[in-house]
Amino acid sequence: MRRIRSKNPPPSAITPEPVYRRRREVLKLLGLGATALAAGCGSEAAPPTPAAPETSVPGRPLTVGSHVDNADGAVQTTFQDATHYNNFYEFGTGKGDPAANSGRFQPRPWSLEIAGLAEKTGHLTLEDILKGQALQERIYRMRCVEAWSMVIPWAGFPLADLLKRCKPLASAKYVAFTTVERPAQMPGLAYPVLDWPYREGLRIDEAMHPLTLLAVGIYGRELPNQNGAPLRLVVPWKYGFKGIKSIVKIEFVERQPQTTWNMAAADEYGFYSNVNPAVDHPRWSQKTERRIAGTGFNLFGNRIATLPFNGYAEQVAHLYAGMDLRKYF
Amino acid sequence: MAFRDRIAAFKPLVFVLCLLPLAHLAWDAVHGTLGTDPVAQLEHRSGDWALRLLLATLAITPLRRISGWHKAIRFRRMLGLFAFFYVSVHLAIYLAIDLGGFWSQLLGEIVKRPYITVGFAAWLLLIPLALTSTQKMMRRLGRRWQQLHRLAYLIALLGVLHYFWLVKADHREPALYLAIWVVLMCARLPLKMPTPRRPPANAAVLLKD
Repeated sequence: MRRIRSKNPPPSAITPEPVYRRRREVLKLLGLGATALAAGCGSEAAPPTPAAPETSVPGRPLTVGSHVDNADGAVQTTFQDATHYNNFYEFGTGKGDPAANSGRFQPRPWSLEIAGLAEKTGHLTLEDILKGQALQERIYRMRCVEAWSMVIPWAGFPLADLLKRCKPLASAKYVAFTTVERPAQMPGLAYPVLDWPYREGLRIDEAMHPLTLLAVGIYGRELPNQNGAPLRLVVPWKYGFKGIKSIVKIEFVERQPQTTWNMAAADEYGFYSNVNPAVDHPRWSQKTERRIAGTGFNLFGNRIATLPFNGYAEQVAHLYAGMDLRKYF
Repeated sequence: MAFRDRIAAFKPLVFVLCLLPLAHLAWDAVHGTLGTDPVAQLEHRSGDWALRLLLATLAITPLRRISGWHKAIRFRRMLGLFAFFYVSVHLAIYLAIDLGGFWSQLLGEIVKRPYITVGFAAWLLLIPLALTSTQKMMRRLGRRWQQLHRLAYLIALLGVLHYFWLVKADHREPALYLAIWVVLMCARLPLKMPTPRRPPANAAVLLKD
């Protein structure tokens, strides 16, 4: 087994100094003292989320009960960038396509099917899902398999909360997810760039992990269509494509389910797809990433080192104890 | 300004046109309007224009054959040199801006990543072509000049492959570039083109029989 670093290195060790200094300056500007910086991972005293602009945002504001910074105080990506630079191939393969082509998509009313090896299966509306469920804000790093990354404040709740309500059977070893497929509202579906509908999966212990989030919002508002409205998965220690969007079906299964990118290229996209700088994509390096964050325009120094499990090794590495992560990439 | 002929008069215009994409890129970079991932934009747009100019250079010969506008050849060197220029800009952006601070990654990248290997090879192969693009070198190399400059076919193909291999799943655009390359290659196959010829002097006699 590969040895996994269990402690997060200090930001100064992973970021070129000029960027690190700039971050501090930005944080200072936000009026944060050393206490907020020192609070670190999992702190309740998260830096305030920059408010999404009132006018141009369609989503309604959400009420969140708690704020947790799981990104070690890193500068956040702007709302504009996080909502206009997306991979959501159902709306087109260009990064700007989801924002440009998702206007016709109707995220309400929504129905989520719970199926498979659980005591409680059937259809849930979004209102059923959210009833009595306190929302939390979680600031996560998001590492795309294409070697760029963002820092995004999500609003949602642990997927485990919903899964437990369904009372999965002991035979349920995996959870399979499916994205909605509406050709009339999703122009990207007209071209078979992937095997639609989009499918993803997690091992049940990954799905139950407290970091695994079912998100309904971003930057304190309802998810815009291009970010996977009204319900999406966020698994911060895995590459971004594992965070399936606009989920219509959750199924408890016994065997490892088929997942879309793995079906498209099994040698390039594994079922696990944990962020791992030691295992490169066959065509490009995963050792470093380009961080898209903040409003300051700078062309230089955006590249930073990629951390094992995207910096969440301390919380999740134990899930993979004894596994050869080169084989199960 | 007095030009030797109309082609010579058009050359400065083509020169300026070839610089426009770079000027546009520089404008966007200075004004911060390159979008969310400015480095990726710089790389993609400089790469697009490098590829377009490589193919434009290869389009000159078929253009002459089809249109009979033989003077088009006089734009070829400029297009070829601009192709080399844009490939160099593309590479410089990757090295100086994108990899910035992580240069130790470079050697491994060139060896291990096929798309970077072929892209880098294309740039290397362009160097001798740029160096031998002068009239003087053409004269000195004679027949071998043409043999050497046929490398342009391979270089453009490497450029298309470079694009093909970095795309994740949607291959429509690189496929379009590949199709253009194939067409430009086919268009220079030694087919017998119907060349208008003067009728033989005794045509009338022949037709009577």
